[in-house]
Amino acid sequence: MPAPDERTHDPAERLEAGALRRLQDRRLREVVARAAAVPFYAAALERRGVDPAAFGGLDHLDRLPLTTKQDLRDHYPLGFLAVPRSALARIHGSSGTTGRPTFVAYTARDLDTWAGLVARVLVAGGLRPEHLVHVAFGYGLFTGGFGLHQGIERVGAAVIPAAGGNTPRQVMLLEDLRPEALVCTPSYALHVAEVARGLGKDPAALGLRLGHFGGEPWTEEMRGELERQLGIQAFNNYGLSEVIGPGVAGECRARGGMHVAEDHFLLEVLDPATLRPVPDGRPGELVFTTLTREAMPVLRYRTRDIAAVERGPCPCGRTGARLGRIVGRSDDMLVIRGVNVYPSQVEEALLRVEGTAPHYLIEVARPGTLDEAVVKVEIRAEELSDEMRRMVSLRDRIDHEIHAVTGIRMAVELVAPGTLERSQGKARRVLDHRRGPPAA
Amino acid sequence: MMLRQLSLFLENRPGQLRAPCRALADAGIDILTLSLADTAQFGILRLIVRDWERARTVLQAAGMVVNVTEVVPVALADRAGALAELLGHLEEAGLGVEYMYAFPVRSTAGKAALLFRFERPEEALQVLRLRGVEVLEPEALLALRA
Ligand SMILES: [Zn+2]
Repeated sequence: MPAPDERTHDPAERLEAGALRRLQDRRLREVVARAAAVPFYAAALERRGVDPAAFGGLDHLDRLPLTTKQDLRDHYPLGFLAVPRSALARIHGSSGTTGRPTFVAYTARDLDTWAGLVARVLVAGGLRPEHLVHVAFGYGLFTGGFGLHQGIERVGAAVIPAAGGNTPRQVMLLEDLRPEALVCTPSYALHVAEVARGLGKDPAALGLRLGHFGGEPWTEEMRGELERQLGIQAFNNYGLSEVIGPGVAGECRARGGMHVAEDHFLLEVLDPATLRPVPDGRPGELVFTTLTREAMPVLRYRTRDIAAVERGPCPCGRTGARLGRIVGRSDDMLVIRGVNVYPSQVEEALLRVEGTAPHYLIEVARPGTLDEAVVKVEIRAEELSDEMRRMVSLRDRIDHEIHAVTGIRMAVELVAPGTLERSQGKARRVLDHRRGPPAA
Repeated sequence: MMLRQLSLFLENRPGQLRAPCRALADAGIDILTLSLADTAQFGILRLIVRDWERARTVLQAAGMVVNVTEVVPVALADRAGALAELLGHLEEAGLGVEYMYAFPVRSTAGKAALLFRFERPEEALQVLRLRGVEVLEPEALLALRA
């Protein structure tokens, strides 16, 4: 039995496997039928010989087309609408590197669903109706501000819609209004703590108890920092605007991965190279099908986010898939001797050995017929020893952890501090000589 | 009792050893002695200078990461068998030596000087004193050079 204070927002969070599967199967058939109103999907389904009115459900999932970000861009601005414009209640968008956002549209029912999903995540992470929440996400086209705002209201808690920017003012609001919870990106939360200290205030004395952070990948190390500096419990949540926005998945107090709202989003974890499913526990590309979206359903949307999924029971009583941290982007994936490796895995190995990740560079080459990978790791002042034994042992421990995390052997080279190239403060993580010289 | 030693990490490629030596030379700092431990891939350079704090500043300013540790200076009779006897005392006490290297002294000093890095320095110092081995203060060591 879950702990008595372990509330859920929605009983659906504890659906048993059979019931969940039946619900997903029915909803999948419905969404395929609705998606056929989108010319892109009508054509793709026809090419694959799928009759949207008689789709075979979950067992035939792999017959559905995949959708990429580029597909959405190619149908700018609203080519993926499955309902008449008159049925829309709101439009959000994600920022694009090209300057044109990718729009995402909602019906009134979509907005209602969304608020409920964000409320699930917040309640799982300890938010209660009596709390006051400071939202430092931008309010605007970006889904973060309004998405969390509605979710907080749905929980019944109170909102301070502080929005982004003017950090000293945010510190003042936190200090004077004393909200229990902070909602923003993890990096902005660290910045808030830094600015508070700069103003001569102890960030841990602001009275915050909870932090709900998302919108960018972050590490356990960063969680530790945030919890220590702000005196909070920090929770990770995940979402993306192409699917709905925040609210796709979030951590409970056990914090053993983010519970995915699988009754609304069908999740596949695929090998980005072969597009075959990877086993639970192994990292792969997250692919989502929206089961209940009305205005803009997406089928098998390739997020390019890499994470692993666990399905064991969770002490909180919620069922279904739990999403690990986003460990990278499928674009960053390296295939070394046939094994998929992400730079973030090497980073995690280094973190395990040294507590914090130093600068590193993965170099891959194929001098003969076999791939050879070398990881160059900058020695940090704290690890430098006058004793050779310790230096060799440091290298061996890194070697061991990289093998444990990635499953392959890479040669570990310790290099002098400050010798790995940095461009504009950002370090290059990978040099793949198999692809020819990197672009400037 | 303890002498400060600077150590530097060196990659095994050309120019790596010259860089710190050049930086110290440009600052007019004389290297009294050094030792180099190496593997196929990297090395550790250990240096003894008169003013270790200034040397550290100079090396750090040249972009190097410097580690400061303490070594034990020991004076030995300048005769055959003196070092073997000393090592015998340590071995009997079950005490290991991480590494050691020579500290050159003037020929008229009548002694030899060695720098030791022990696994367990406190215990090693006790054993050496008990056996009548001459452990030097840093000033006394440097005086043997002058
Ligand atoms: Zn849970």
